[in-house]
Amino acid sequence: MTTDALLPTLTDHGLLRFLTCGSVDDGKSTLIGRLLYDSKAILADALDALAVSSRKRGLEEVDLSLLTDGLVAEREQGITIDVAYRYFSTGTRKYILADTPGHEQYTRNMVTGASTADLAIVLIDARRGVLSQTRRHMTLAHLMGIRHVVVAINKMDLVGYDEAVFQSIRSDVEGLARKLELPDLHYLPLSALKGDMVVERGEHLDWYTGPTLMALLEGVELGLEDLEAPFRFPVQLVCRPRSSSHPDYRGYQGRIESGSVARGDVVTILPSGTRTTVRRVELFGRDLDRGVVGQSVTLHLDDEVDISRGDLIAGAVGAPARSRDLNATLCWLDERPLDPMSRLVLRHGTREVRAKVTAILGRLDLQALESLPAEELRMNDIATVSLRLQQPIAADPHSWVRNGGTFILIDEATHATVAAGLVLAQETY
Amino acid sequence: MTQTLTHLEALEAEAIHILREVAGQCQNPALLFSGGKDSLVLLRLAEKAFRPCRFPFPLLHIDTGHNYPEVIAFRDQRAAELGEKLIVRNLEDSMKAGSIVLRHPGESRNRHQSVTLLEAVAEFQFDCLIGGARRDEEKARAKERIFSFRDEFGQWDPKHQRPELWNLYNARIHPGEHIRAFPISNWTELDVWQYIAQEELELPSIYFAHHREVVVLSGGALLPVTPLTPVPAGAQSVWRSVRFRTVGDISCTAPVLSEATTLDAIVKETATTEITERGATRLDDQTSEASMEQRKKEGYF
Repeated sequence: MTTDALLPTLTDHGLLRFLTCGSVDDGKSTLIGRLLYDSKAILADALDALAVSSRKRGLEEVDLSLLTDGLVAEREQGITIDVAYRYFSTGTRKYILADTPGHEQYTRNMVTGASTADLAIVLIDARRGVLSQTRRHMTLAHLMGIRHVVVAINKMDLVGYDEAVFQSIRSDVEGLARKLELPDLHYLPLSALKGDMVVERGEHLDWYTGPTLMALLEGVELGLEDLEAPFRFPVQLVCRPRSSSHPDYRGYQGRIESGSVARGDVVTILPSGTRTTVRRVELFGRDLDRGVVGQSVTLHLDDEVDISRGDLIAGAVGAPARSRDLNATLCWLDERPLDPMSRLVLRHGTREVRAKVTAILGRLDLQALESLPAEELRMNDIATVSLRLQQPIAADPHSWVRNGGTFILIDEATHATVAAGLVLAQETY
Repeated sequence: MTQTLTHLEALEAEAIHILREVAGQCQNPALLFSGGKDSLVLLRLAEKAFRPCRFPFPLLHIDTGHNYPEVIAFRDQRAAELGEKLIVRNLEDSMKAGSIVLRHPGESRNRHQSVTLLEAVAEFQFDCLIGGARRDEEKARAKERIFSFRDEFGQWDPKHQRPELWNLYNARIHPGEHIRAFPISNWTELDVWQYIAQEELELPSIYFAHHREVVVLSGGALLPVTPLTPVPAGAQSVWRSVRFRTVGDISCTAPVLSEATTLDAIVKETATTEITERGATRLDDQTSEASMEQRKKEGYF
């Protein structure tokens, strides 16, 4: 990569957030090390430190996986125990990689990493084929609404770069993928250790004619679905300076979580249901023709309406319904199981309301991909539940407006974040 | 119409959202401002988050007493231009009160800053400190949350962090605990310099190449010659064109060789640099300057 390729260019293809799913044995950390190394994001002194720590651990070659294992405790155990974030850039696109562990007890970490990811790489060891954890990773990627999934069949060097091995694993995964209806799915043979099909094509996989992993990452189209989705704008703050230079200024500050907004758009304020029209879309004193998903802006409205933090400004067409009863998929994150007596707060956008889990409708068995009856909810469990709220919220089904249908549950006593939730399409109550 | 955001637009939008969440969720936050480049970026982001309203927090600087005077002057000037309140607390006051005891007068004050910082948290009852730390700075930081919980002793427990999903942050705490919020967690050093260039932010002069008396230490690091850090016995000083990549306590911040006198030149140097920011600027690290390409040729793998 030349110097110029690292410099900012006119063709900035934005920011891609992705995560890698797989266990230590799948060579996940080695793949990450390879991506960073071949894209030259590992700087020289970090490599020196790596060589020293590899020698300390009695390894002869530099162990790329040591790059990503940050905390002392997990280095001692030789496993990644939490989500770590890595950064690299190709000059046309910046990448944020969430490195999440593959062990069963750490489902919550994958859910965390997946919550901000546009793309997931599911790693499979070519020698071992589809394992139960592969099913789990694919299911979680689907559940979290990740749009792009790359099934990377790794360690091809250890099976003689044999195309038949790749095709056999691919057809196994295809059976699973059909059930999950993943929208954008790619299959890729590679060797992270040797570097084949990661950034460089290598010399051993001539029978594979598709793009390298890096070419796939570079080519993914970002955010189009979210841009075309309905407009959602949770109000973070109201700015009313009442100063001599801005006596009548009243702006609603927040981030566009879904869709886009322009002057003249009719919007609904929720939960009040008031309708009004957008007068300005402002960013630091500048008026935008259109604010798009991801941008933090200030909205000005035609009418003086009563709006405060916690309210949602939504496109008037297809605005979400208000409800105090929700069905949702929960991933339980806390070490303590759900206690029916505990007082929970649900945070949706910028709104917080008291909540109760009134029924556990079923726990998802990630192996069999079916819902089983359940009495309780423990860490790493994924379950469908019914929730009763003290005040209504205006939430979208996650499958319809991805960014309008997510929430977290907080324990009021401990202040811990105990669960992540995805709103399900509601029955009529 | 913009379809997708550039990487700087995306990072900026995320940081503005985080700052507004601090303002929305916390009762009494403060923004750590040293006059250094990362905290200057935070100030621009705060302007974009809150103007034309005032910042919903004061600026706070923990002064070791060993800062470069041009940086301190710049700190005061910038706070005054913004019309925002600046609180300064000095390590020397903690030393007088006995809560900081140096083992010897020349000891670096850098690691003692947290004492004075926690004293300031207690004095003003801050429930959140906004900082300019980035996850690319070191491995442990790569795992820290954007809203990072501190217990009543001000400690971070990496094994018991709150899960952080989507952009739904949880800043709830009990009295005595506080949150550290890091709006530019996801930025790299190159992103910071690109943003400074894009926004045409002013910086203290020592960030740009200038002639300075230094001692070249074995291993290549440069020791700046100052009243606090005189030429070591037996060593010889030389004059070099240098700039600072980070500015902090004089006793432990080193400049790097550079001819870059403009922001564009610094961006270019940063994009091609071979040494990470901490490695280049920490005097207690021995760093190699061999290039990645050279290492590959030597059969490093």
